[in-house]
Amino acid sequence: MIPGISIYEILTITTMLFFIGVYGFITRKNLISILISVELILNASVINFVAFNKYLYPDMLHGVLFSIFIIAVTAAETALAVSIIINLYRQISSVEVKDVETMKH
Amino acid sequence: MEKIIFYILAVVMIVFAIASVASRKMLRSVIYLLFVLCSIAGIYFLIDYNFLAAIQLTVYAGGIIVLIIFSVLLVHHIEMQLEIARASRQIITAFTCLIGLAVFLTVIYSYDFKVVQNTIPVTTKQIGTKLLSYEAGGFILPFEVISVLLLAAMIGAIIIAKGKKITSKNKETV
Repeated sequence: MIPGISIYEILTITTMLFFIGVYGFITRKNLISILISVELILNASVINFVAFNKYLYPDMLHGVLFSIFIIAVTAAETALAVSIIINLYRQISSVEVKDVETMKH
Repeated sequence: MEKIIFYILAVVMIVFAIASVASRKMLRSVIYLLFVLCSIAGIYFLIDYNFLAAIQLTVYAGGIIVLIIFSVLLVHHIEMQLEIARASRQIITAFTCLIGLAVFLTVIYSYDFKVVQNTIPVTTKQIGTKLLSYEAGGFILPFEVISVLLLAAMIGAIIIAKGKKITSKNKETV
């Protein structure tokens, strides 16, 4: 654990990061910006896992291992999202949310 | 000392996260996200999980940021300004997020966490042994599932990004 820092401060920061991500997710109009907001939300949850593991159950490793799994899932998700965005841009020349409201194209 | 570093990292993280969701230039917003991810890696170093910090730096700063920059450069002109939501909608969203933040923080601060004072180091060997152990409490099954998932996602990404136009273009050139 970090000397002089309680778990409450870390949780405060991750909560702020999470809601900044939610704000970006709702207000942005662009697929890549939405992807960036999702990254922020996922990272906030990963820090929570690590902090809980270190502060509450330091003799176990479950938080670290689940963080590794979350990072792997995020990498897969980003690769798929980028490929979908590139394919969409090729077909309709746009990555704005309002242009991709129909699934069939 | 650790306290000062933690607060610097926290301020950098929050400021660049806000800049990342508020910036109207696409490429800048990706670079701000890179700063956020690096300060998160700094927090992992502070909390004494060096392996996780290394993973964060390689996978996020090395892989995901490069992928996103790649897609931005393929899709946009660098200086393109983004369309942004209406002011009323932005205000309503910010207000809702602030309410949610207040609710979360009241719940967190009203709960009494049983913090264990410790400086137990975690080595990479321990993580690897736990990850590949098939005894009770081992993580071999999710490890395999994740590896298959990654393979499937990569193949799917290649198939989706290949599209149809490449083949037709090839036929035209040939």
